[in-house]
Amino acid sequence: MPGITREEVAHLARLARLELKDEELDHFATQLDDIIGAVARVSDVADEDVPPTSHPLPLTNVMRSDDVRPSLTPQEALSGAPAQEQQRFKVPQILGED
Amino acid sequence: MTDLIKLTAAEIAAKIASGEVTAVQVTEAHLARIEAVDEKVHAFLHVDREGALAQAREVDAKRERGEKLGPLAGVPLALKDIFTTKGIPTTVGSKILEGWIPPYDATLTRKLKEADVVILGKTNMDEFAMGSSTENSAYGPTGNPWDLTKIPGGSGGGSSAALASYEAALAIGTDTGGSIRQPAAVTGTVGVKPTYGAVSRYGMVAFSSSLDQGGPCARTVLDAALLHEAIAGHDPLDSTSIDAPVPPVVEAARNGDVKGMRVGVVKQFRGEGYQAGVLQRFDESVELLKELGAEVVEVDCPSFDLALAAYYLIAPSECSSNLARFDAMRYGLRVGDDGTKSAEEVTALTREAGFGDEVKRRVILGTYALSSGYYDAYYGSAQKVRTLITRDFEKAFGEGGVDVLISPTTPTTAFPIGERADDPMAMYLADLCTIPTNLAGNAAMSLPCGLAPEDGMPVGLQIIAPAMADDRLYRVGAAVEAAFNARWGHPLLEEAPSL
Repeated sequence: MPGITREEVAHLARLARLELKDEELDHFATQLDDIIGAVARVSDVADEDVPPTSHPLPLTNVMRSDDVRPSLTPQEALSGAPAQEQQRFKVPQILGED
Repeated sequence: MTDLIKLTAAEIAAKIASGEVTAVQVTEAHLARIEAVDEKVHAFLHVDREGALAQAREVDAKRERGEKLGPLAGVPLALKDIFTTKGIPTTVGSKILEGWIPPYDATLTRKLKEADVVILGKTNMDEFAMGSSTENSAYGPTGNPWDLTKIPGGSGGGSSAALASYEAALAIGTDTGGSIRQPAAVTGTVGVKPTYGAVSRYGMVAFSSSLDQGGPCARTVLDAALLHEAIAGHDPLDSTSIDAPVPPVVEAARNGDVKGMRVGVVKQFRGEGYQAGVLQRFDESVELLKELGAEVVEVDCPSFDLALAAYYLIAPSECSSNLARFDAMRYGLRVGDDGTKSAEEVTALTREAGFGDEVKRRVILGTYALSSGYYDAYYGSAQKVRTLITRDFEKAFGEGGVDVLISPTTPTTAFPIGERADDPMAMYLADLCTIPTNLAGNAAMSLPCGLAPEDGMPVGLQIIAPAMADDRLYRVGAAVEAAFNARWGHPLLEEAPSL
């Protein structure tokens, strides 16, 4: 089983939208390498005939009739927003200038 | 009046129903206790003094009007800060939600209010329920009331510490890998992880959705059962909620008896890494069960040896996905929005500032385990382990013919604050005995079984039952509790030093 490098941690942090500091990268790379070394044992049982279990309950889609029911008011829904404008969530720019 | 804080929840409810005391008096006594000791214990993140007194006044008014009161009416409760509370801050122990006031109640919060339980406030916890010591709270650690220099267990350390310090008569926790049972064990209190799906997860901030389960914390088995009945039941707002009757847990707690029961001792839960005093108290519990008329047999669950490894892949994987919602757009903290940065950059800066170390560690680990190329080796294999663990349980409860399994709840007693803070693998070992139950979805309880001779700290006995047989936990737990209390001459918690 491969270990994890500092570069990989930096890449994963970018994927996970975490702007880690340099000292965090060093710190986490060592710790994550240890943790992954310890948890990699699970692959010892990777037998073809063992089916995976993703959830303790058999999940089925739950449907209900499409009735209008009371819900949060726009004010309530926006009440925790860091910024809002014209009854909408205001977000930083999503598309670049060009 | 100070005696009011020493009463059990059942006693408090009876005294309020009979008019011997008012709910306001009981609430005031607990608020005074919080004021006197919480600076030292730090069980609470937020105390809702006015709200609690208003709820108490409403209970007293109901009684005066002659309306029927529920079995827990007027009992003060401490609520883990992972459940949303309308109009009351909910932080999940994280800076990223500092100051957030939810616009809605979790189903569990609503049920507590409908049961006329008095909610005193929100309790401290490891950030997003990730941890085994309550040291990962962004708001500072909680102390163990038995020894304030030691951890109260995690992630629901605040809830159990509030009970052990008599700041609340009842509390609510959530258990993803042991976060109800483990704090109960190290604080000398009772904690139950109900069957997965028994208590609604609606409004409970998600950490690992296939493992998370809310449940009762109390000082007695009967109190836990009364609270279990108040919060359990089907919820149409939660697609994972079980649509079946709640097992008769209160009846079972009132009729504790193990005569003729077959109790399995899990072979895998002892040996290396276990404190001698913990094993000694556990062995005494086994002898006690035999004296009470149970048949005790050894049970082999070989896959349990891989449970910790599977858990520390599955839980981080689900957390990395669940915590993606903290993107600085709709609620919570926003950092770096100076008009020059993109939404993506603001999200990354906010998450860096708002999440603590353990959360970051798990988000990265989960992102890794789910990434292309590693998915089958890690997440896929962990899910296979989950199947094998479920089969081990099925074999024990099926052809093995055991009614319940028992083990120590934690391999050691409470350790000093800071001792394992920078060693994640050492910290994860605290969850060794509790995790298989979360992976399989069945039910388990921890209750006190004595003090470890070497450090005088509480030891927990874990009882595990099949899914939907939660009442068995209470039947066995009540019998063990009564026998131990008779032996000690009082509940274990009375031996805790006064704060």
